[in-house]
Amino acid sequence: MSENHLLELATGVIDRARAAGATDAECTITEGDEFSANVRMREVESVKEAGSRAAGLRILIGKRTGSSYTSDLSAEGIAHMVKSAVELAAITTEDPHAGLPETEELGKISGDLRLYCEDVAQLETAGKIETARRAEIAALETDPRIGNSDGASFDTHTGRQIFANSRGFAGEYRTSYCSLAVSPVAKQGSSMERDYWYTMARGSAGLEPPEQVGRIAAQRALRRLNAVKVETKKVPVVFEPRVARSLLDNVFEAVHGMSVYRQESFLAGKLGERVAGENVTVIDDATIPGLFGTSPFDDEGVPSRRTVVIEKGVLKSYLMNCYAARKLGMKTTGNAARGLAGNAGIGHGNLFLEKGGQTPEQIIGSVADGLYVTELLGHGVNIVTGDYSRGAVGLWIRNGELAFAVSEITIAGNLKEMLLGIEAIGSDLEFRGSVAAPTLKIGEMTVGGR
Amino acid sequence: MAFSESIFATRFQITRGDLERYLADALCQGGDYADLYFEYLLTSSISLDESMVKSATQGVSMGVGVRVIAGERTGYAYSDDLAPDKIRKAARVAACIAAGPGKQGKFGLNEGRRHNLYPVMIAPTETEFAERVEFVKRADRAARAYDSRVFQVQASYADNLRHVMVATSEGVLTLDRQPLARMGVMVLARNKGGPPQRGYAGGGGRVELDFFQKEKTPEHFAAEAAREAIVMLDAVEAPAGEMTVVLGPGWPGILLHEAVGHGLEADFNRKKVSAFSDRIGQKVASELCTVIDDGTINNRRGSLNVDDEGHPTQRNVLIENGVLRGYLQDKLSSTLLRSQSTGSGRRESYAHIPMPRMTNTFMLAGQSDPEEIIRSVPKGLYCANFGGGQVDITSGNFVFSASESYLIENGKLGRPVRNASLIGNGPEALKYVSMVGNDLRLDEGMGICGKEGQSVPVGVGIPTLKIDRMTVGGTA
Repeated sequence: MSENHLLELATGVIDRARAAGATDAECTITEGDEFSANVRMREVESVKEAGSRAAGLRILIGKRTGSSYTSDLSAEGIAHMVKSAVELAAITTEDPHAGLPETEELGKISGDLRLYCEDVAQLETAGKIETARRAEIAALETDPRIGNSDGASFDTHTGRQIFANSRGFAGEYRTSYCSLAVSPVAKQGSSMERDYWYTMARGSAGLEPPEQVGRIAAQRALRRLNAVKVETKKVPVVFEPRVARSLLDNVFEAVHGMSVYRQESFLAGKLGERVAGENVTVIDDATIPGLFGTSPFDDEGVPSRRTVVIEKGVLKSYLMNCYAARKLGMKTTGNAARGLAGNAGIGHGNLFLEKGGQTPEQIIGSVADGLYVTELLGHGVNIVTGDYSRGAVGLWIRNGELAFAVSEITIAGNLKEMLLGIEAIGSDLEFRGSVAAPTLKIGEMTVGGR
Repeated sequence: MAFSESIFATRFQITRGDLERYLADALCQGGDYADLYFEYLLTSSISLDESMVKSATQGVSMGVGVRVIAGERTGYAYSDDLAPDKIRKAARVAACIAAGPGKQGKFGLNEGRRHNLYPVMIAPTETEFAERVEFVKRADRAARAYDSRVFQVQASYADNLRHVMVATSEGVLTLDRQPLARMGVMVLARNKGGPPQRGYAGGGGRVELDFFQKEKTPEHFAAEAAREAIVMLDAVEAPAGEMTVVLGPGWPGILLHEAVGHGLEADFNRKKVSAFSDRIGQKVASELCTVIDDGTINNRRGSLNVDDEGHPTQRNVLIENGVLRGYLQDKLSSTLLRSQSTGSGRRESYAHIPMPRMTNTFMLAGQSDPEEIIRSVPKGLYCANFGGGQVDITSGNFVFSASESYLIENGKLGRPVRNASLIGNGPEALKYVSMVGNDLRLDEGMGICGKEGQSVPVGVGIPTLKIDRMTVGGTA
């Protein structure tokens, strides 16, 4: 379907909803094509290819809301979707804060955001399989201890996002990405470990060389071999970037406008207060061209923007959609995010912790006895209280050097103290997704082991 | 249900001849096997926050997935449009995985065997919304009435009705109608001026709406969530390090799901990337442990009349008296391992390739009185409830997070402790099981299992269990 056709379909849905009694309406349409090739032990394991599209509708009748979605975009399917949403509004409660953004809040940022690369849709299947195979072979040839693999995959996705509302907003944008991932298995005696490495970009030109991805994945698996469990003690903990990122996921949950108005977050009510070390600045920026968290407008039709969340340790802003902003007596930060149906939730753009001045080696070098974390397991983070307890895998630091592999241990603390306890920040910030952080050192956490 | 009465025949006018034609298209380049998975899914959900029903949603999605297996290779394509030309196009895309002369599928599809585990006459999704809206309002009122320290309640109710049809090139045609419903209540409580604590409870199954009126009511889930939040107000720091851990019955069975379940899925073992690879017949747990995965329990969340490859589910013994007995097999792995499918081939939707998954995973009851188990522990941790878990199937290390636990001191339950993760190693952890209670309980029906980006509903269960050594990730 041509782009104009889908945009017309969306505005047509809005018109139908209004004709059926809606006082306001929002319609989302998504369309996408996915491809995935998996190679394992040099042979093709699977190839998957398909396209799909679906529409979602949210309507208001006064201050009541109803919503529905369908993958049936026929006239009959659309009519059914509109009817469902209107009927459902009758059973919800009047909510004084429900509503669309004000007309003056709507809009989109201009300029080429470089979210779509033509070449992604044109890559040949054979070439994609070959790239995955090259990455896996590089991993397998890194070391004789890499004798097995959980495979390599090459994935691509192209999509189109359409949004329209009854206040006159109508917008659409296309996105693309491709990614290459490898997951080798290292074995030595009775020790067997798996790790992975990957590269992703909006277009194939942005991908790192497959051999490099394969070798890094292999080295990551190898360094986990013969891991031991250490004694329980309180030590400094260094997070490598791949896991430091998860701390920003936690910060995001804590500054999530919905959690804040419900007082479901340890950062609720802390605006203007010191919540992290003075060296810590956290920014959410959905306007950086080419990155994975970038978009011209959010899922309520509000222009994307840059929001300073934490500046030099002081909490500056929550991340909000219109609803959370109204509840908190503030303005939306353009962070509305939604699936096809239901009320808008909250998402982040490119959320990152600003880089510091030290190299990862300098940070590791500053630790006499401590843990370098390379992987975290489990969901042991309580955003209400900040209590933090997760399974960890990594390397033990002794006298400033990575000494030996450790596993089957936990790291525990409380996010409030952990954020205030960030003692060093690396210079190694890079975006491998929409959340990014450099190497981080936290002064003290409890490592649970023997 | 006969094919001719199914939604696929009546509403979409699909005939047996069509199915045979699509299978022939799928095998047009050779290939050893092909199947079609048709899905028509209706969903509804209601959510309440601040005593207001803020959201009510209904949706429809449908599609067909076409799979072709050629040796160890899988080709997969899907369409969300059930028009014949779109399905044939998907079949020809999936066919490309094979390279050879076309093959003929078996003609004359026969309807396959299936259980009747959820003979639900009217699925919750097919009822009027009014009754379901009452559930979240009742939960809200009950949670607030439980204790004056409760200050926030979120209640949600969601159900779906999935119509599926699987047709295979081996000539088997299977139909199923799979209802599923679940409700959840989240409560925040605080002492005056103090920090909040959270409690959560939820459950459901492949049940009629009556289940929430008679068996597990909104008031039940609300009271359970509120109780947990109130208990946590007195929580002290959790201990850190190795200690004796006692798991309470029911949902803590997530231990089995993470510690052994995933590691016994046949795909990982076929590729020899699981810590349990090549260990059939070996001792991997204390002899008190017998672990079962059973997809045939009536009305359970993890149960299925047939798996998503059209194979009837069954009761599979994974570990018997401590000895590893078998893996969970799907079509591809069982063919390559020259074994039989165990009815464990599952997928999230028509857009996903099936793989071996768990259904309801539990440990058989033992002999011990649960109170006697607690009395036998001089110092340790009692875990009554959990959040989620995760496993690294290659190293075997697994984690699960305790959401409600208590210190055990001199054989008695002491203070509640704050949230902590527990970590262990799959093939080792259950060797330290020294007592198994006589109180096997299955969870209330809220489990979601994720694997390689696909989520499916599952169940777990466990009797009270004493594990002599496990690492607890607290701070004290």
